[in-house]
Amino acid sequence: MDYAETFATIDGCKIRLMRGGAGSPLLFLHGARGASAWLPFMDELAKHFDLIVPEHPGFGGSDTPDWLDNVGDLAYFYLDLIGGFGLERVNLVGTSLGGWIAAELAVRCSDRLRSLVLSAPAGIHVKGLPKGDTFMWSAAETTRNLFHDQTLAEAALQRPVSQAEQFIEMKNRLIMAKLTWQPRLYNPHLHKWLHRIAVPTLILWGDDDKIIPTGYGPAFAGRIPGARLEIIAKCGHLPQVERSDEFVAKVVGFIRETDA
Amino acid sequence: MKFFFFHLMPYAALDPDYDKKHNSAWVTLPNSYYDPKIGHALYNRYLDELEYADEVGFDGICVNEHHQNAYGLMPIPGVMAGALARRTKNVKIAVLGRALPLLNNPLTVAEEYAMLDNLTGGRLIAGFVRGIGAEYHSWGANPAESHDRFHEAHDLILRAWTEPGPFPFEGKYYHFQYVNCWPRPYQQPHPPIWIPSQGSRETIEWASAPERKYTYLQTFSPVAALARYMQMYRDAAAGYGYTATSEQVGWSVPIYAAETDAIARQEAKPHIEFFLNKLLRMPPEMLLPPGYLSLQSLQGIMQAKRTITGGPQTIDDVIEKAVFLCGSPATLRAKIEQYQSEIGFGYLLPMMQFGTLPHELTRKSTEIFAKEVIPYFRTQTARSAAE
Repeated sequence: MDYAETFATIDGCKIRLMRGGAGSPLLFLHGARGASAWLPFMDELAKHFDLIVPEHPGFGGSDTPDWLDNVGDLAYFYLDLIGGFGLERVNLVGTSLGGWIAAELAVRCSDRLRSLVLSAPAGIHVKGLPKGDTFMWSAAETTRNLFHDQTLAEAALQRPVSQAEQFIEMKNRLIMAKLTWQPRLYNPHLHKWLHRIAVPTLILWGDDDKIIPTGYGPAFAGRIPGARLEIIAKCGHLPQVERSDEFVAKVVGFIRETDA
Repeated sequence: MKFFFFHLMPYAALDPDYDKKHNSAWVTLPNSYYDPKIGHALYNRYLDELEYADEVGFDGICVNEHHQNAYGLMPIPGVMAGALARRTKNVKIAVLGRALPLLNNPLTVAEEYAMLDNLTGGRLIAGFVRGIGAEYHSWGANPAESHDRFHEAHDLILRAWTEPGPFPFEGKYYHFQYVNCWPRPYQQPHPPIWIPSQGSRETIEWASAPERKYTYLQTFSPVAALARYMQMYRDAAAGYGYTATSEQVGWSVPIYAAETDAIARQEAKPHIEFFLNKLLRMPPEMLLPPGYLSLQSLQGIMQAKRTITGGPQTIDDVIEKAVFLCGSPATLRAKIEQYQSEIGFGYLLPMMQFGTLPHELTRKSTEIFAKEVIPYFRTQTARSAAE
C-alpha cells in the first residue's frame, strides 16, 4: 500500500506524518516508541481507511514546541489538527501513550469522533497495580518486556540500529520523560472525566502486558459508558505489532459495527 | 590555594556481596542492608573527622547530598552542617548539595542556608546542584525539567536573599504571593555560591556569567577533563569580557597520604576499590535518565561510549588518570603543584575518607596531609606574593 510522508504545521508546530489509503479517516496515535516507520498493521488498516499517522510534537521527525508540557497539551493539539484538516467522523485509535492522548481528547470533545479504540492506554492509575518502569530498565529489558513471544523480542534485539534511529530513540525517550515521568504515566484527574467520552469505544489489551498490566483494562472499561473490553491472548504491550492480524480485525470489525 | 576537607559519609559497612543480588548501591538497594546501630557510630565518627580537619588547619569542610543509597548518607546535608556549625570555630562550611530541581519548594533552601549562615556568623558556603541522575529516580523529580527548575529555583533563592520582602515571585514552576525570607543571610549580599558539577558546558557558561561569577567545582574527574573544563570556564569568562580568577574554580578529588608511596598504595587499595566498584556502581539508566542531559550532550556521550560506571576499576587506573591522588607527602606536593600550575584552581577539596577507609587511616592521612602538604602551599602562596 502506498503512503505519503508529509509535514503539517498546527499550533505553530511542524509535525511529520504518514498518510495512506482511502475511506473514512482513521487517526492513529502512536506510543512511546514513536512512529518513524510504516508498519505492516498500518498497511492493513490503510486498505479500509484514510489512515493518518502523525508523529506527536516532540517525537521523531516532528518539532518540539515551547508550549508542550503535558499530555493534555497533545490532546488539544490533535483537536486542532482534526479541525485544521477538516476531518469529520474520525475513527481515533491510540496505543499506550497514544491511547492516553486519545482519551484526553475524547473527554474534552467527542463531537468530531465516530469511534474510539484504546489499545493498552496509559493515563490512569489503579492503586496496587504497578506499571513497569521503562525508565529504569535497560533497552534490552524493555524490549523483552514489551513482548509475550520472546522470539519476537530477540529478533527485535538482533536488528541493527543506525545512528539516526538511535538519535530518534533518545529524542523520544526525552519527551516521554517530560510528559510521563511524574506522575508516572498518568493524569490524576483523567479518571474523573472518562464518563464524558460519548462515542462507541473499544478497549484492547494483551493478556501478558508487562508495561501496563491487563488489570487496567476493566478500570478503563468501567468508566467509559458502553465501552467494550477485549483481551488478546498470548500478547504483550504491542498488540498492533505482536498480534497485528487480530488487532486489525478487531479495529476494522468494531468500526463497521458502529456503522450499523 | 585553599583546602576544603570533603566527606561523603558512605555506608562503609555495606555487605560487599550485595552486588550478587542487586545491580546498584543506589535507588533500589534494599535499606535492610543498613544497620542503624552501625549508622549511629558512622555518623559520629564522620563528624569527628570533619571536626578534626578544622583543628589541623583546613580552610573549610564540605558536606554533600545524595538520596537513597549506600554511597553517601547525607540526604539532608543541613543536618550535618548544623551539627558542625557549633563544634567548629574557624572553618568555612560548604554544603555541596542542595539539589534544587528535586524540591517542590526551593524556599526551604533559602531558609536553611540563611539559618546556617546566621548560626556560623557567615562561615557558610552555599552549594547549588542538580543532583545526579539517580536522584530523579529516588525522588520522582522529572529529569527533563531539571535544568529549567534549577535556574528558576536559583533565581528565587537569590531574590529571597537580596530583595526586600515581601515580594511576589511569578515563575513557571514556583509561584509565591509572599517571598519574605526570615532570617536574612548573615553575609551580604549573600553567602558565596559554589556550583559542583561533573562537567557541562551549559553549567559552566551559566556559572561564569558576570552577574554570577560563581565558583565552579569539578568533581570526580580525570585530571585531563579537569583541565578542559577549567579552561572552558576561563574561555567563557573571557567571552564575557573579564578574566576569571583562580578563586572561581576548584577541584574535588579523593586523596590518600602516607609515609611513602608504597605504604599509601597498599593502605588505600581495598578502600578506594570498594568506593569505585561497590559504592559507585550504577547502571546507565539510573545515572542518566532521559532529559537529565541535553540531546546534544547525550549524543556526545553516546559517541564516546564513556561512563563513570564502566567495568571494574583498580587503584592503578585511578592513580594514573589522577582521579585519585595517593602517595607520600612529597609525591602529593609535586602532583598538586604541577596540576595547580598547569590548571590554576584556587580551591582543592580533598576527600580524605573514601569507601571503607577506617577511622585510624583517615585520621593518619588527614594529619600527614595537613602537616606536610598544606603548609607547603601556604609558603608557596607567600613566596609568589612576595615575588
